[in-house]
Amino acid sequence: MLVITCIKQVPDTTQVKTDPVTGTLIREGVPFIVNPFDTPALEESLRLKDKYGFRVAVISMGPPNTEVSLKKALALGADEAVLLSDRAFGGADTLATSKVLAEAIGRLSQKEEVAVVICGRQSIDGDTAQVGPGIATRLGYSQLTLVDQIQNLDLSAKKVRVRRKLEGRHEIVEAPLPALITVVREINQPRYPTVPMRLMAEDAEVILWDNKVMDLAKESIGLKGSATQVRKIFSPERAKGEILGDGLNAPEDAAKLLIDNLVEKDILSLEQT
Amino acid sequence: MSYNIAIFIAVFVAAMALFSWSCFQRFRLVTLGKAENRFNDVGKRTWNMLFFAFGQRRVVSRRFGLNHFMLFWCFLILMIANTEFLLNGLFPDYISLSRLPDGAYYTLAFIFDVVSALALLAVCIAIIRRVAFPPPNIEARSRDAFIILTLIAILMIAFFGLHASEIAQGIEEAAQYMPISNFAASAFMSGASADSLSWLANFFWWLHAVVLLLFLNYLPYSKHMHILTAIPNCFFKSLEKVNTQPREEFTKGSTFGVGQVDQFGWKGLFDSYSCTECGRCSDNCPTTFTGKPLNPRLIIHDIKVNLLKNGPLLAKKKEAVLPLIGNSEEGTVSEEAIWECTTCGACMEVCPVFIEHVPRIVDMRRNLVEMKAKFPQELLNFFENIEARSNPWGIAPEKRIAWAAETSVKPFEADKTEYLFFVGCAGAFDARNRRVTLAVSKILDAAGISWGILGKDEMCCGDSLRRLGNEFVFDRMAKENIKMFEDRGIKKIITLCPHCYSTLKNDYRQYGVELEVTHHTELIGKLIEHGGLELNGSGDLGNMVLHDSCYLGRYNMIYEPQRKAIAAVTGQLPTEMEHHHAGSFCCGAGGGRMWMEESIGKRIHLARTEEALKQDPKTICTCCPYCMTMFEDGLKDKNVEDRVQVLDLAEVVAGALK
Repeated sequence: MLVITCIKQVPDTTQVKTDPVTGTLIREGVPFIVNPFDTPALEESLRLKDKYGFRVAVISMGPPNTEVSLKKALALGADEAVLLSDRAFGGADTLATSKVLAEAIGRLSQKEEVAVVICGRQSIDGDTAQVGPGIATRLGYSQLTLVDQIQNLDLSAKKVRVRRKLEGRHEIVEAPLPALITVVREINQPRYPTVPMRLMAEDAEVILWDNKVMDLAKESIGLKGSATQVRKIFSPERAKGEILGDGLNAPEDAAKLLIDNLVEKDILSLEQT
Repeated sequence: MSYNIAIFIAVFVAAMALFSWSCFQRFRLVTLGKAENRFNDVGKRTWNMLFFAFGQRRVVSRRFGLNHFMLFWCFLILMIANTEFLLNGLFPDYISLSRLPDGAYYTLAFIFDVVSALALLAVCIAIIRRVAFPPPNIEARSRDAFIILTLIAILMIAFFGLHASEIAQGIEEAAQYMPISNFAASAFMSGASADSLSWLANFFWWLHAVVLLLFLNYLPYSKHMHILTAIPNCFFKSLEKVNTQPREEFTKGSTFGVGQVDQFGWKGLFDSYSCTECGRCSDNCPTTFTGKPLNPRLIIHDIKVNLLKNGPLLAKKKEAVLPLIGNSEEGTVSEEAIWECTTCGACMEVCPVFIEHVPRIVDMRRNLVEMKAKFPQELLNFFENIEARSNPWGIAPEKRIAWAAETSVKPFEADKTEYLFFVGCAGAFDARNRRVTLAVSKILDAAGISWGILGKDEMCCGDSLRRLGNEFVFDRMAKENIKMFEDRGIKKIITLCPHCYSTLKNDYRQYGVELEVTHHTELIGKLIEHGGLELNGSGDLGNMVLHDSCYLGRYNMIYEPQRKAIAAVTGQLPTEMEHHHAGSFCCGAGGGRMWMEESIGKRIHLARTEEALKQDPKTICTCCPYCMTMFEDGLKDKNVEDRVQVLDLAEVVAGALK
């Protein structure tokens, strides 16, 4: 049985700046990290491995340097890492990305039965949360998003029961396998790699699948296969606030000044409800 | 003398065989430890042995240390007497003191007589002390201690009994030179019949012989093993800074750190035999003091128990049966204890025989982190932040320069700039400590020093990583830092943080790089001494107490520059707390504890703050950003932050610049 985790290598957003003129991300010199939503996804796969003895495969679509992130996954305990990298895959939106990932999962499932695919809920650079559901739809897997607990995995009945974290409530859902699960960060505390595993991963092989291997129609992948295109990236302008008082008021006076102004602007109401 | 030589030879051979076998069994286990070179620089080692073992330098620094000093030297002198006693027993016709020229014989007889009395006195003092006013550590009343003291006392009494009865018989030529034996003879044996005197002599001779051999055979099985190991342990003492422990080679198939007793270096195992359980280490340990499960003495004791239990099995290539790290039973060190250590070094500072507690704790941390990835949860973020962004908080590296927004700072330029000001993570990111950074920069400018910074390219020195046992990542960071220093032509560095200081200066030397590293405390001290700073001498800072940071003081012996600087600025030396200089009490943040929760026992920073407040200070002066944070927190916890302030030495001096 195989558990697959899809990861994305993203620029470290704390270190990203946008070019004020062109509005595009300045990627030069910015370090890359594994999308922070994907590390709990990998951790959950590794926990299934620990519990059920599944094999864990990690796949990622991206430029060749994505290998670094895949090796990190190997150091954490993944058994196999596949890099989907080809110029033809570049410029993909969520539609074209999910196409390549779904095809890769399909190829893996031909060799070994897939129990679940686990993805992070979204990436921190694109923030769409669409790739996971896209993969599920393409493969016809059960789609379980925003999961914060995998409660039961019944292999004989081929069912999985999970808890979804929704706003203000939880939802417990049962679905047939194979399933695609996207997880929220609260689901677990990811592990830290041991040194022997790191050393092993340093010269472990990352399998490369380019489009010669994948053999996908050019119209369905990359920029051409994308239904959306980014026109412009910009930081929204914020209306400047207003400084009240002279900054030297006593705390009580400052609080009163603030409340009076909030009431005046109808932001706050003093009437009892 | 009418003892039976044949019986004695048999007893002697059996006792010596048993003793040799016991020693072989014990010392064989030491060879299970990993190789480490403790035989280099024999001259220095010999000096250490003479000064610290024979001179008992650290023993005498405590109350009753003098008593041990006396007993130790009596013991050495009486070793000659006892050797003669045994040899004379074996070869009565050939070996005897009385065969020496009269002058030498009488002198030795006098010395042995007096020294035996002194030994008996020392033993009595030791017993009375243990019974009447025992030191705070309960081990003083151990069965072991009383057995050995009793054996020594009997030995001395037998000595006097034997010689007194010989004097009374009139067969001791040196009688008039043996005042105590002579006194005993006249006091207790005058008028006794020749037969009974002969019987007494025989009795005391056998008593002396049997107790001596018993004593010898008891040693290897008790804490008094230190009689055999303490002297060599001082010879094998680390010549490096003790917290600078050996690097690890990261090759596939190796194990890292110590998870099983035979993975310690051999000296670590030898240490465990040298512990006398005097308890000085735990008396001085800030974690033991604040009620945490770490007791440095017990760590060493557990290593010994574990070695004795597992060693014989491991020597036969069998599996160990007692885990080294785990639930805290005797012989097993608990994970809590391992993580509580602040690596402050107070234990090692007072150990009379230079046992290395902290490196053993870090050895075990290495195993937990590197082999098992097992550590307190809050460290995960810390490790990941350091790896991803090279600072503990995971703040974007370009923010490293934010402290300099209000001032003009130049980047370090090879061949143009003399000193790199290595700001450090706390100095760059922590709001309070940034003010210290500004103060240091002001002093550097005032002194006309050519300095520059690395700005966003500066990386963490890796101190906390190393003390927390994450040697793998430390190793990588040290190499990256050293490469950057070399690429940019950096040879002289000024640091603000004692942890950066000690790491760059001592730990990086293991990578073959010699950097001239100066802590701002040293620099300020030198500048003031040579008139390099113009001070207006005012600065109403009130009563000022000074806190000695562990990594500046104990590990690098910098105590005086800060005191002289304070005296120059305020006109008087700082007030000392109860614990100061080498005996200083940790703020609680060293050894990576800065990044961990402190949930067991009293919080260390609070204990230290309370100690400072006893001196009723208006200002607490620190020289370390961690200490700064801990005292600031402590003052807030005690609700006195409006009347007591914490200032770094740099702020004290910068505030007094003309």
